[in-house]
Amino acid sequence: MADKLNKTQTEENVSSAERQPLMRLENINMVFKKSNGLLTDKHIHVLKNISLDIEQSEIIALVGESGCGKTTLGRIITGLLTPTSGDIYLEGQKVTGTFKKKIASYNQVQFIQQDSYAALNPVRTIYDSLYAPIKTHNKKWTRAQIDERIEELMTLIGLQPSSQFLTKYPHQLSGGQRQRILMARAISLDPKLIVADEPVSMIDVSLRLSLLNLMKKLNEQLGMSFVYISHDLSTTRYIARNGRVAVMYLGEIAELGNIGDVVRCPRHPYTRALIQAVPIPDPDFASYDELPLKSMNLGSLENRSDGCSFYDRCLYSTEHCLEGVDYADTPTSKVLCNNIDCVPSQPIYKEK
Amino acid sequence: MNENIIEFRNVSIDYPLKKYTIRAVTDVSLGIKRGKITALVGESGSGKTTLSSSIIKCISEPGKIAAGEIVFFDNADGEEKETVVSGLKEKQLKEFRWKRVSMVFQAAQSALNPVMTVEEQFVETLLAHGEVRDKQKQRERCKDLLSYVKLDADRVLSSYPHELSGGMKQRVMIAFSLLLNPDLIILDEPTTALDVITQNYIFNLLKQINRETDISMILMTHDISVVAKFADYVGVMYGGRLVEYGTVNDIFRKHRHPYTEGLIKATPSIIGDIDKLSPIEGAPPDLMNLPKGCIFSPRCPYAQDICRGDEPPTVYSDDGSKGRCYFYEERKNGR
Repeated sequence: MADKLNKTQTEENVSSAERQPLMRLENINMVFKKSNGLLTDKHIHVLKNISLDIEQSEIIALVGESGCGKTTLGRIITGLLTPTSGDIYLEGQKVTGTFKKKIASYNQVQFIQQDSYAALNPVRTIYDSLYAPIKTHNKKWTRAQIDERIEELMTLIGLQPSSQFLTKYPHQLSGGQRQRILMARAISLDPKLIVADEPVSMIDVSLRLSLLNLMKKLNEQLGMSFVYISHDLSTTRYIARNGRVAVMYLGEIAELGNIGDVVRCPRHPYTRALIQAVPIPDPDFASYDELPLKSMNLGSLENRSDGCSFYDRCLYSTEHCLEGVDYADTPTSKVLCNNIDCVPSQPIYKEK
Repeated sequence: MNENIIEFRNVSIDYPLKKYTIRAVTDVSLGIKRGKITALVGESGSGKTTLSSSIIKCISEPGKIAAGEIVFFDNADGEEKETVVSGLKEKQLKEFRWKRVSMVFQAAQSALNPVMTVEEQFVETLLAHGEVRDKQKQRERCKDLLSYVKLDADRVLSSYPHELSGGMKQRVMIAFSLLLNPDLIILDEPTTALDVITQNYIFNLLKQINRETDISMILMTHDISVVAKFADYVGVMYGGRLVEYGTVNDIFRKHRHPYTEGLIKATPSIIGDIDKLSPIEGAPPDLMNLPKGCIFSPRCPYAQDICRGDEPPTVYSDDGSKGRCYFYEERKNGR
């Protein structure tokens, strides 16, 4: 795992012929213009130089606070947004710039939304909602073929007997069932990559785990890659298991590594604070009161400098950090930090 | 002095609708300990919000208390006074709300008035309750409270809600709830929509307030991880019933109700073995169509014939914990 993260540019060129990532993001920048009525527009730099490879059939998690750009990145991966600059390659094919021509290839990337109620058309039955995408992309299929496909999907997501659900409208289903329907719709076109944006945050605790298990099953059985976007590190650790996590801070990937390693022993000063803030369902562990942070306030996304975005809140920052910041490789992860040697390297919690 | 500040005595709350009546809270008896933090945990539809809003007689229409009573114990003037909340008249309620019991609402965004500055809202509340008429003193009081919740008082006072971040607004709401020195604060999911770092900060702040001022708190949440960090006592709610109650250690270490056990097992954490987690099978009960007997029995891995007969009574244990399960006593010494 560590090797995969640490590979250098030259190695990448050599290995790319044999093993191509499913999707490659190169230096993605996203700038939103905010007009304030005067001549001077504000530029809001939501994503800054994001480079990331998404491998075949892996689960990669994007975590971070609200406003860190994780959803924007998810929308760029799905093709719903076009980045201001940077390139996206899907199986080696460049898809940015020529977006309209390549839109067909975006069958292969699907999206699962957070709010299952808003994502389904309220005046269409579940059957209609599942039928439409299949028909649109397989124009020659007969109704019987599509029905068969829908039946297959309903078995896969565990809503049986399907006749009980297909004739219903979204409001007649529970949140967990609706979320399953969204998953069925997402996999109905056999995509290679599914972006799931906070898929369980609106679901009751006792049902969350079964939905996460379903996603894991789809990943293992069908070999689909998942990009799991969440602010909740606990569920992320559950779904991504041995996968990777990208911890985002103000539009940058602050730390990238195996989720087990990053959660146990984070190396970026921000990740260390983040992990200590996560509540643990065990009164014996509920101990961190002071977080290793200088300030509570999230920095601004406007008029950003080249320096480290975490500078103001970091306990280990030096003046050098204002000029620029580079990724450093540690044995477990890739960390966007200049002073990695000053950051503590012991695990956050001792093993019980 | 009574150790409880609020007592629910066999409280049931109904929502009468056109064709049928939904019982959102069924026969809840619970004492909220004075000076402590009590958490009510439950999934959506478990009745926790309905129950806690009944304390200030604020159940949303058309809900009403169908049975039982809620008693508030007041010892403000040195002598103890019992107040039955449901018996309060409109005028007495105005005295009671915010001055005795205040509330921090779920979405701070919508709890603050968007067209008034923070200061105007604070002053309005002070005036409405006939407190502190002197302008200078009003301002001082507001400033003290805002600095107490670690906000930049001068800046925040003159701000409109949209000028503040989510975490700042929630802290303004906490300062707001302290404005009239209440005896009890109800916290309704105070950190939903806030990120973990801000959440951690808010809970540390609330805990500090609790320890320094002895204000009792009730926290309603669906997140059992937060409970472990924050609460002294925990009540677990399911389908409108209080299914288990005990100290935070009882609930996490010695829980005896199968639902509590399932809930803890189903909660992912950043430490520990992932493979030990398992979901609770089935779905939460439909309040319009409750299962026969124990309402958890269709999902309960230990259910036996007796559980599908009559609904189990609340079993009281000698250590102060209690639960609604036929096997509550039996499960005392491990499972």
